[in-house]
Amino acid sequence: MSLMKRISLIFRSKANKALDRAEDPRETLDYSYQRQLDLLSKVRRGVADVATSRKRVELQVAQLEQSAAKLQAQAEKSLQMNREDLAREALTRKSALATQITDLKAQYAQLQGEEEKLTLAQQRLQAKVEAFRTRKETIKATYTAAEAQTRINEAMSGIGEEMGDVGLAIQRAEDKTAQMQARAGAIDELIASGALDDASAINSGDDITRELESMSSQADVEAELARLKGLSAPAQPEAIEAAPAPGEILDAEPAKQESASDSASSAGKDA
Amino acid sequence: MIIRILGEGQYDVEESALDKLNELDATLEAAVEAGDEAAFGTALAELLAGVRSAGAEHPADSLDESDLILPPSDATIEQVREMLNEDGLIPG
Repeated sequence: MSLMKRISLIFRSKANKALDRAEDPRETLDYSYQRQLDLLSKVRRGVADVATSRKRVELQVAQLEQSAAKLQAQAEKSLQMNREDLAREALTRKSALATQITDLKAQYAQLQGEEEKLTLAQQRLQAKVEAFRTRKETIKATYTAAEAQTRINEAMSGIGEEMGDVGLAIQRAEDKTAQMQARAGAIDELIASGALDDASAINSGDDITRELESMSSQADVEAELARLKGLSAPAQPEAIEAAPAPGEILDAEPAKQESASDSASSAGKDA
Repeated sequence: MIIRILGEGQYDVEESALDKLNELDATLEAAVEAGDEAAFGTALAELLAGVRSAGAEHPADSLDESDLILPPSDATIEQVREMLNEDGLIPG
C-alpha cells in the first residue's frame, strides 16, 4: 500500500479513537464541541507561547548586536590610536558574537515560521468549529437519536481529522520551542552577567575600554586644542559636508563604514 | 478527491492528477525505506508541491474527511516513521 494511504489510514484511525462517544449520539456532539473549544484555547495559548519565545530571541539579538556595535566602535577607535592589538582583540570578541547572532536569527526565523503555522491552524480550526456548531444544532433540532447517527459520524470524522492535525501542529511547535529554551536561557544569563555589555569584563587582564578611554580623552584634548588654535586637519577632502570639526571628521569616517556594514548585515536597521 | 497536507490544510485534487502524485509517492516511500534523508526531502517537497499546484484549497468551514493525508512539509524520515507507527502520533 502506498505511503500516503498508510499514513492516511493510521492518522484517521487514531483521530477517530480520540473522539468521545456518548450513549446518546446527540450528546456526543456536545462533548466533542467542548473538546473543540478546549483545543482552540490550547492552540491560542500555543501561538502566544511561541510569540513570547520569538520576542525573547528578538531581544537577545538586539542586545548582542548592540554589544557587537560597541566592539566595532572600540576596534575603530583603537586603530585610530594605532593600537592594532586592542583592535584585534575587540574584533575577535565581535566575531564570537556574530556567530551567536547568526544562530539566534536562524532560531528567530524558525519560531516566526511556527507562529505563522499555528496562527493559520487556529484560523482553520476556528472555521471548522463554527461549522460544527451550526451542524450540531441542526442535527439536534432535526433528527431523533437513531436518525442522527450517520450525520453525526460525518461531522465528527471531519472535525476529528482537523483536531488531530492541529494537535500535531501544537506538539511540533512545543517541541521546537522547548529546544530553543535552554540555549536562550544560557544567552540570557550571559547578557545578565554583563559580560557582553562590557567587552573588558570578559578578560579583566586586557581592558580595552579603559585604555581607549584614557587615550581618547588625551586625543580629545589634543583635538580641542587644535580646534581652538584654528588649525585644520591636513589632507581632509574638501567635499565633506558642513565642515565638521577635525576631531569629528576622524570619528565620522569609520562610523560611515560601520553603518554601511551594519546595513548589509541587519537589513538596513540603521539606514 | 480531498488531500490534506498536515499543518497546511485540505486541497481538492482532480483524479487525473493522481497518477503523477502516485509516482512521487512511490519515490517518497523508497526514500523512507532507504533512510535517504536528502532524497526524502526532495521527494516530499515535490509531492506536496504537486498537490498544491494540482489542487484548490478546500473550503475551511467544511467538515469533510480527507481521502489522503500527507506529512507536513518540514517532516523528517524519523517523523514519518513515527506517523506510520501505531503508537507514535497522538492527535487531538
